[in-house]
Amino acid sequence: MSEDAEKGAVPTPAFAPWDDPQAKPLIRFQGVTKKFGEFVAIDDLSLDIYEREFFALLGPSGCGKTTLMRMLAGFENPSMGGITLAGRDIVPVPPNKRPVNMMFQSYALFPHLSVADNIAFGLKRSDMAKSEIAGRVDEMLGLVQLRKFAARKPHQISGGQRQRVALARALAKAPKLLLLDEPLGALDRKLREETQFELMDIQEKLGTTFVIVTHDQEEAMTVASRVAVMDNGRLVQVDTPERIYEFPVSRYVADFIGDVNLIEGRIETLTKDCATVVWAETMPPITAGLPQGIGAGEACVFAIRPEKVTISAERPPDAVNALPGKVLDIGYLGNMSTYHVELANGQVIKSQMTNQRRLARRAFSWEDQVWVSFTATGGLILMA
Amino acid sequence: MFNFRRFFLISVPYIWLLLLFLVPFGIVLKISLSDSALAIPPYSPTFDLSAGWAGFREMWAAFDFENFLWLVDDSLYIKAYLSSVWIALVSMILTLLVGYPIAYGMAKAPEEWRPTLMMLIILPFWTSFLIRVYAWIGILGSQGYLNQFLLWIGVIDEPLVLLNTSLAVYIGIVYTYLPFMVLPIYATLEKLDGDLLEAAEDLGCSRISAFWLITVPLSRPGVIAGCFLVFIPVVGEFVIPSLLGGSRTLMIGKVLWDEFFANRDWPLASAVAVILLLILIIPIVLFQRQQQRAQEAGQ
Repeated sequence: MSEDAEKGAVPTPAFAPWDDPQAKPLIRFQGVTKKFGEFVAIDDLSLDIYEREFFALLGPSGCGKTTLMRMLAGFENPSMGGITLAGRDIVPVPPNKRPVNMMFQSYALFPHLSVADNIAFGLKRSDMAKSEIAGRVDEMLGLVQLRKFAARKPHQISGGQRQRVALARALAKAPKLLLLDEPLGALDRKLREETQFELMDIQEKLGTTFVIVTHDQEEAMTVASRVAVMDNGRLVQVDTPERIYEFPVSRYVADFIGDVNLIEGRIETLTKDCATVVWAETMPPITAGLPQGIGAGEACVFAIRPEKVTISAERPPDAVNALPGKVLDIGYLGNMSTYHVELANGQVIKSQMTNQRRLARRAFSWEDQVWVSFTATGGLILMA
Repeated sequence: MFNFRRFFLISVPYIWLLLLFLVPFGIVLKISLSDSALAIPPYSPTFDLSAGWAGFREMWAAFDFENFLWLVDDSLYIKAYLSSVWIALVSMILTLLVGYPIAYGMAKAPEEWRPTLMMLIILPFWTSFLIRVYAWIGILGSQGYLNQFLLWIGVIDEPLVLLNTSLAVYIGIVYTYLPFMVLPIYATLEKLDGDLLEAAEDLGCSRISAFWLITVPLSRPGVIAGCFLVFIPVVGEFVIPSLLGGSRTLMIGKVLWDEFFANRDWPLASAVAVILLLILIIPIVLFQRQQQRAQEAGQ
């Protein structure tokens, strides 16, 4: 019940076919397992991806996200289970016959062909008429703003341009599904951020379904309509970026996505609408929303994001949760500052405050005695 | 002064080249312009340092292109040049046809096998080249192992004439020069990024067309290097045609040997050598110029 109540808290996006029981998925993984010898890369995984989605597979290296993508491209076949694309079983279909194109992490541009010929490569293998190919190539060059560089070879353009050629080449055949394997990994930070928005614009304009593999959670959160967090060949959580961030289902997800304070404790009381967690003898219990599937007296983890924690010099009179401590470290990041506050029992709580004014005088300094406070809905009780 | 180190670094290999290539070539060129003589050394004029500048001018005046004219006059030499170039071309193509699959197989082999496979390619170098060519006489002769084997399995009724034919020469050349073709091709194929082939397949290529459209063009530098490494020494090859080929196998290396050692006509032999060098240098220069133009066009 609280699940639904919480769902109301996050505005549901207009585009949400995954919530519509009538919607037919474009891609359906059913009980897919992939073994390499004894190693289980994908473990009995089921997943639906819908048309026009920008779907991110997120996880640490070796979690199976790349294997999952390579199965969609056709370079790997599942050891067990089935994969359908638009209702059609694609397991026996070889990569060159699938309406799926991939943008490689290394870009894999053909070094002996010009930019235009790279983009035309797939078109020339299709049944498109020769006269139409040039027009399509020009259209793609325009889409990624590379018309001026059509005659250059890949080694004569910059990394960012190469990335766009790879994207144009993968999109040229108008695939039903575009796979992007760590597409922005090789770009520097600023270019990466720009490109993320460009990718979203292009995806919106074309309406192609994108599946992106990344280990960069910020990237996944920025571009994707839904994110699947993977660990050890399993899906841990599949949800919108907002819900993944605000309502992680497990400690793993909470810890993997963004920054989080984790406090280990035990549930003391459960009432109608809130629970209390005891976590240190000398400290007052924490009051938070009702947890899922954890009973009174059981071990738990209280997770709260640093930006939900406020620092103040005096105890805020109306705060539900307020804990005394002293400032241990201050990290100045420009737009915000991160404070590390050490509580009396040694637990360190991170708090993030936006720097709304220019720092004429810092509000808090090292060794200052402060109060950290947060509301009852700021954090989340998760299974230990 | 800050340029001194760079100058030094560049000059060392050039001095090396000067000493080991240009000086001997200068000597050969000088002999080719001289006249044959019954003397030691068997040509005149000889350069006499003690005569000084006057001696040098006297020698210069005695130079002529007689030997080169002789090469054009006697059709033997032109035929020998043409035949050498032809044999070198054919063996280059044969070596490529045999060598490319070997190099491809090596590059596709599991990584832990590759050093062993590489070793097997290099292994023949551990025995003398001469002994290996002689071994082919034992294999190809009318009583050789190959004929004995073919007779035994009943494919033929009487021994084939293999030795002293151009077939034997081709077998010997392809066998000897195979590593020079395999190694550079292997080097380019081994570096080939596997993602490129997957990308080609992803874009609609079958495995076979991906090979022709991606692997082959990208291994071109290795193929070209291998072809040069085979073609150039084969044009001047002397040992293999004289041991395995018959009297009808005409190669310029053999002619050169005969002029030097049988006829003791050093000036003519030197002229043969100078022309041979020109024949080899011209295609290399042409090729390099074309490469450069291709690169400039790309920019």
